[in-house]
Amino acid sequence: MNSAVLQAAAPVLADSFIELPARERVRALLDPGTFRELLGPFDRIESPWLPLQGIVCQADDGAVIARGTIDGEPAVVAALESAFQGGSIGEVSGSKLAGALELALRDCERGRIVRPVVLFETGGVRLQEANLGLAVIAEMQAAIVALRRYVPVVGVIAGMVGCFGGMSLAAALCSHLVVTKQGRLGMNGPEVIEQEAGIDELDSSDKRRIWQLIGGEQRAATGLADSLVDDDVQAVRTAVVDAFARGVPKAHRSEQVDAYLARLAAIDPQTVTPDTMRAVFGADASAQIKE
Amino acid sequence: MTMNDTQQLTRGALWFRALAGESTSKAPVWSGDAALGDETARFVSVVPDADNRFPRATDNVVGLEQGWLLGRAVRDAIAQDANAAKKRPIVAIVDVKSQAYGYREEMLGVHLACAAGVDAYATARDAGHPVIALIVGPAMSGAFLAHGYQANRILALDAPGTLVHAMGKEAAARVTRRTVDELDKLGETIVPMSYSIASFAKLGLLDTLIGDVDADAPSGAHIERVRGILADSVRDARADKSRGLSHRLESETAHKTRAASIEVRRRLAAQWDAA
Repeated sequence: MNSAVLQAAAPVLADSFIELPARERVRALLDPGTFRELLGPFDRIESPWLPLQGIVCQADDGAVIARGTIDGEPAVVAALESAFQGGSIGEVSGSKLAGALELALRDCERGRIVRPVVLFETGGVRLQEANLGLAVIAEMQAAIVALRRYVPVVGVIAGMVGCFGGMSLAAALCSHLVVTKQGRLGMNGPEVIEQEAGIDELDSSDKRRIWQLIGGEQRAATGLADSLVDDDVQAVRTAVVDAFARGVPKAHRSEQVDAYLARLAAIDPQTVTPDTMRAVFGADASAQIKE
Repeated sequence: MTMNDTQQLTRGALWFRALAGESTSKAPVWSGDAALGDETARFVSVVPDADNRFPRATDNVVGLEQGWLLGRAVRDAIAQDANAAKKRPIVAIVDVKSQAYGYREEMLGVHLACAAGVDAYATARDAGHPVIALIVGPAMSGAFLAHGYQANRILALDAPGTLVHAMGKEAAARVTRRTVDELDKLGETIVPMSYSIASFAKLGLLDTLIGDVDADAPSGAHIERVRGILADSVRDARADKSRGLSHRLESETAHKTRAASIEVRRRLAAQWDAA
């Protein structure tokens, strides 16, 4: 344990990470006293599109960006506030994330490493800004792929909203994903699948089945996330610090084309279940393939 | 082109054949090299696959196999050109209705499969391959992210049926608690919500809207013109100093419609380093 960790633990006891709003989550991950917010609420850069539809804006558009240090190293942490529009990606909130990652990339290219962390708590594109939400997600993804060459990009999916839509692809591009049991990671939300494919495909009211399908525990057990931690500020923080200590992986998950095609070939689509999937996608299977 | 399948060809398949001939890979992802200008380009398209092992991914959608196979098609070109001074252009022919929606898809990580497509195209672009997206049909949501949205340049046929959007109209109406008519009306004033390719062109994201081409039955002259525009776009992409996507914020259109995207970046940069 380093001193920063001990200091952070002092003010609050057994603190839930999930209960914290986005800004406090970011503060909790940065070394104590180093949090410096960029484009905060007082800068008032709001969505230009929501007022045209009679929807009340939020002064930070639901995205928090802060610089500081993590384990003493320069860092930038970006978070989405699920209490505003479900953490959805609008032009401004998405550009804040993309812009922060692009600046981290610029610094890395100049030899100044900045540790990037993204706290995913989002349903994906904000439909009131539709095509611009999708566009900034593509820009964010471009930045993550470029940045990963210099420094691990660490994602956190703590819950309770989870990470869906185009942002689930952004999460999948991260070098290291930290999840809690309360975090969910999926491309299409259960309601969307039920609507598109019918209730026989998936009953979105069957919560237990959905947690078994896309919950943090299952994602970690099948190698689609890297660290499963308790809903505890200290546990999340430690997992993030450890992820950076591990460095850039030899091959990122999204680069392992042959390994994943082999896994898909090894399962039977007719009979596969979240349980039986573990034998093919499980941590042991991953370890073999990564070598 | 064989006689018995010409009628059933999707746009993605039809334009692949028109521009690149026969695929060297089987459905659901066609890929192959063909002449473009004075060089050879890799063409990639997602096509229907009636016999796909995953029943929710038999159409021209991006599912588990499609995502990873897009990754393979693109990475194969990157590997072949690893030591080449001049990297071959990669053309994504885009006609994707959606990502695959299904229980198995979620279980087995369709989000990661789609990310594999994103990763491969972004890596190709960063490695110096000019990457061009040619939209010939729907370019929907996560499927477009996986196949085309990482391109240096984006072109689209100005034809019925070409569109870019984050969610199908009916589903978007449900989620935003509006009727389809209301959604259409909103699209007239809220440019990013519109389902028309002409509106998409106003966002600064589209480099060329190609008019006067029959998207379903192109003549030889139509195909030659599209090929010429593709070659011009390759030249244009190579002239870019940046290998990233900053080009998308540079046009006059972007300065008008995406002023907030530009302003956020400008002010973030100003605050990035502590005073």
